[in-house]
Amino acid sequence: MLQAVIFYLLAIATVLSGLAVITRRNPIASAVSLVVTFFFLAALYVMLGAHFVAVTQVLVYAGAVMVLFVFVIMLLNLRGTDPRELPDLAPRGLVGLAVAGFIGMGLVVSIDALRLVDMGPVADDFGTIQQVGTIIFDGTYLLPFEVASALLTVAMVGAVVLAKREI
Amino acid sequence: MDQVGLYPVLFTSALLFGLGVTGVLTRRNVLIVLMSIELMLNGVNLAFVGFARHLGQVDGHAFAIFVMAVAAAEAAVGLALVLLLFRHKTSVDLETFDLLRG
Amino acid sequence: MNGAPPVAASGLLFNSAPLHALVLGLVVVSLCMGVAAWSIWYERKFAARMQNRPGPTEVGPWGLLQPIADGLKMLQKEDIVPAAVDRPLFELAPLLVVVASLGTLAVIPWGDGLVIADLHIGVLFALALSSLMLLPVWMAGWASNNKYALLGGMRAIAQGVSYEIPLLLAATVPIVLAGSFRLGDIVEAQAGLRWFALWPPGPGAVAFVLFFMASLAEANRIPFDIPEAESELVAGVTVEYTGMKFGMFYLAEYLHTLIASAIAATLFLGGWDMGPLGAGVHWMVLKTLVLFAVIFWIRWSWLRLRADQLMALSWRWLVPLGLVLVMASATWVVLA
Repeated sequence: MLQAVIFYLLAIATVLSGLAVITRRNPIASAVSLVVTFFFLAALYVMLGAHFVAVTQVLVYAGAVMVLFVFVIMLLNLRGTDPRELPDLAPRGLVGLAVAGFIGMGLVVSIDALRLVDMGPVADDFGTIQQVGTIIFDGTYLLPFEVASALLTVAMVGAVVLAKREI
Repeated sequence: MDQVGLYPVLFTSALLFGLGVTGVLTRRNVLIVLMSIELMLNGVNLAFVGFARHLGQVDGHAFAIFVMAVAAAEAAVGLALVLLLFRHKTSVDLETFDLLRG
Repeated sequence: MNGAPPVAASGLLFNSAPLHALVLGLVVVSLCMGVAAWSIWYERKFAARMQNRPGPTEVGPWGLLQPIADGLKMLQKEDIVPAAVDRPLFELAPLLVVVASLGTLAVIPWGDGLVIADLHIGVLFALALSSLMLLPVWMAGWASNNKYALLGGMRAIAQGVSYEIPLLLAATVPIVLAGSFRLGDIVEAQAGLRWFALWPPGPGAVAFVLFFMASLAEANRIPFDIPEAESELVAGVTVEYTGMKFGMFYLAEYLHTLIASAIAATLFLGGWDMGPLGAGVHWMVLKTLVLFAVIFWIRWSWLRLRADQLMALSWRWLVPLGLVLVMASATWVVLA
């Protein structure tokens, strides 16, 4: 019972802070809401037994990606807020909302079939770093892992080439 | 999580994804659009982790970690592009980046 | 276990895990706050002696009550909030900076089983929280709406992001050698004075120095304190803060340094274990305090690096060095 209450509270908090990300006029407020969303998500991951993913979430998203975002906001010194009405209900915005609603409905309808699925108990070592490491390095996901590292290297070089004035 | 089941997890994940899509399609501030993309990727991750818990296999965790790697790469390149665009246009409004419009 | 509190067979102080965490957490947090406060006295005395001055002498014997006087002074000061600040972020930053530094205490083992939360990903947890320190610093720098604070915040973030990578790489060395992310396991792998700073010869020692340097940089201590460089930026991100809010930043800096010393002692200096001399909380405390004192020593001996030198040092030297160290330690594990 307690577990369900905590889960629903966290899920509601996640969605509300996610909503704040896309409705704030001020990019700073959006960024702070996004950090909050990441933390609630990390808590949800812990509840789902994904301890390693939860810590990686905090380390990578809150610690690195968001720091990058706020650094860019700082660098561009984007003070002040968006002068437009929010949500932006220009024709483009309406089309956007419609498309998002359509995708969301599709998702909800397709997962509705899973309503009655229960989650059984899992082993104690579920989601530990050893288990995740074994599955990544034991062959199945070794190639994707190497591709991901190549992707990161390419992205890093690309970002430096793009952002540096002269190399 | 035995009392909660998979459905609420997937529902939360779909809501987050939908919020991300809405943000990408309705906002004009490039930075907020990039943040919305992160929101979508996180929605996907939540679904992966939920399915991993449901099936009792950690493959979903591996996928979530790959998604994070892709998200980090995307943020780095995306923000570099934002910096570059800001230098040209002194704006982060998507509507001003219409050089390719005929 | 002389000097150590009695530990039940299960490794818990009490039979219930939450009670154990609560009581131990309260004790550890209050002790660390106390040590951080008195370390300010110690540092002032230390600096004064290095510069041939007496240092604080007025409050209590040898000025020992100076931290209490300082605290009272800060509490009494007027809390000034400039009109143009971003109020919520401005108020939140000093709180978060202390919370983020205290959070790491949860995974540090002070003795066998004497740990608040024995996570199997303890090292990652500690490093994740240490990387989170950047967010409150950014909040303070941004919300102050002051150009010095903004510059200080930007420098702090650039430095934090750059030094996080060597920090993670250096911490990977003991993880690889011990084969576990749990801090307790890492200490046990060093049992019998086989400290990772000494054994295997080479990578361990270099990784220790690298970790220590990167921790100093993360905590913004000299020679890596450009975010608050007094002579250039007045006081960096804390420039608009007054009274106890400034005090929180001040305290957090010392707390962060203290906790970084504790993590370095656990990862590289064998934690609570001292081989033939026995094991216990006192060894862990001693090692932490020695590292902590070394940081003061460095602070009052070295000059500050320039911003560009700092970045070049990290990206050109420390990151490649860290990668080599990780490979070297992995090779050691495979061959040994």
